[in-house]
Amino acid sequence: MIRLLAWIGAATLGAYAALGRVAIFAGNTLRHCITPPFYGRAFGHALFQIGFLSLPVVGLTALFTGGALALQIYSGGARFSAEAVVPQIVAIGIVRELGPVLVGLMIAARVTSSIAAEIATMKVTEQIDALVTLSTDPMKYLVVPRVLAATLVVPMLVAVGDTIGIFGGYIVGIERLGFNAASYLQNTVDFLERLDIVSSLVKGAAFGFISGLMGCYYGMQASRGARGVGAATMGAVVAASVLILAANLILTEAFFAA
Amino acid sequence: MIHITDLHKSFDNNPVLRGVNLNVAAGQSLVIIGGSGTGKSVLFKCILGLETPDRGSIHVDGHDVTHTDRAPLLRTFGMLFQGAALFDGLPVWENVIFRLARSGLSKHALRDLAIAKLRQVGLGVDVADKFPAALSGGMQKRVGLARAIAADPKIIFFDEPTTGLDPIMASVINGLIRDIVDETQATAITITHNMTTVDAVADRVAMLHDGVVQWHGDTVDLRHSNDPYLSQFISGNPSGPIPTLR
Repeated sequence: MIRLLAWIGAATLGAYAALGRVAIFAGNTLRHCITPPFYGRAFGHALFQIGFLSLPVVGLTALFTGGALALQIYSGGARFSAEAVVPQIVAIGIVRELGPVLVGLMIAARVTSSIAAEIATMKVTEQIDALVTLSTDPMKYLVVPRVLAATLVVPMLVAVGDTIGIFGGYIVGIERLGFNAASYLQNTVDFLERLDIVSSLVKGAAFGFISGLMGCYYGMQASRGARGVGAATMGAVVAASVLILAANLILTEAFFAA
Repeated sequence: MIHITDLHKSFDNNPVLRGVNLNVAAGQSLVIIGGSGTGKSVLFKCILGLETPDRGSIHVDGHDVTHTDRAPLLRTFGMLFQGAALFDGLPVWENVIFRLARSGLSKHALRDLAIAKLRQVGLGVDVADKFPAALSGGMQKRVGLARAIAADPKIIFFDEPTTGLDPIMASVINGLIRDIVDETQATAITITHNMTTVDAVADRVAMLHDGVVQWHGDTVDLRHSNDPYLSQFISGNPSGPIPTLR
């Protein structure tokens, strides 16, 4: 029994210590964001890598999810003769919830893993030490451009994902469920409110920050060897995914709690 | 130039440096030898500010830099890493002038400078636009050497410069290091297990064993020393005071 309590205590302390380290890392990242030097080229490269190259996976995910959502709502709504709400529920479901969360998780899978693996590899091959000896702060050169780019570009990806997700629902609604195209679009536009869109973009920014931060944090903390790179990559994706879902709950509560 | 006094460093209560005392004069080429795990790389990292010593002091040019910001000092340092540590995402020429990229020089001038430094280490202009992954280990070491000397450092550090190279390429790298040290009059500190490197590069030699300087002296005295640790290390004899199982 004592052993169990000791284990729980150690695990709790370990979790708090890890949380503290992440918070300090996040604080340092924000501090470096506002103090020169700034590496514009590294930032541009990160924008391209995180934003432009993520468009296909974000688009496909949103398209299929929007279509499936339309089918589910139609089928579920038929139980209480509410098939007509498909456009409205697809729009609200995608914009408020599925768009930002799915884009966030896709970014965690694609970008967080890539950032963590790249930085961890740089660490085990002494490239981070080389940066320091070349009078370059790794936080400014590696971390800030990636975290900043992710925070700024993921809301744009969410906007694209939301649009394509609604379009996926529209295609299924028109082609498969027999909705009138004009009234489907009209219902979608009429039903969405500004707060829905703002919440979607804010969630995107928060999820982008989390994705970039976790990739950089785990990469910088990587231990030596190939196993260290693997562990950093896995840890970064798991942490980013869990934090995205947790942040989603908090933000949903903040925006939409009655 | 560099004075290290009673330097201690531990990791998780495991002492690696147990009181290192070492002096390196300006323009001198010191080679630090010793077996694996004796603290050579940790000593390097402490001097470079990549690790913070637990105790002791490091003075460079009369300034105590042990716990101060190394940023101004790092501008006078050059470092060749064991695995070259070139940045994968940048072409060779940008690796070479990385430190100078924000110096205000034009891109054209920087590229010319990089090519001049590459020529200094025996590489042609054709290498400049390649990425590090496309180069052999020996070529990567040369690029790392070009990067180390690009900003005309006053002190150059060489971490196992010939590890992983064939004997001919190792000899080429050793020759380049000696030439660079002679030409630039820079102070050089090299760590190695390789006695060929010692013979080619060293003015003075220090042997690190178990976290302390076991022997320190001129190159000419190296093979006449009666120190049993040094003799065993030089001869490569498994029998002696240095344990072979770590």
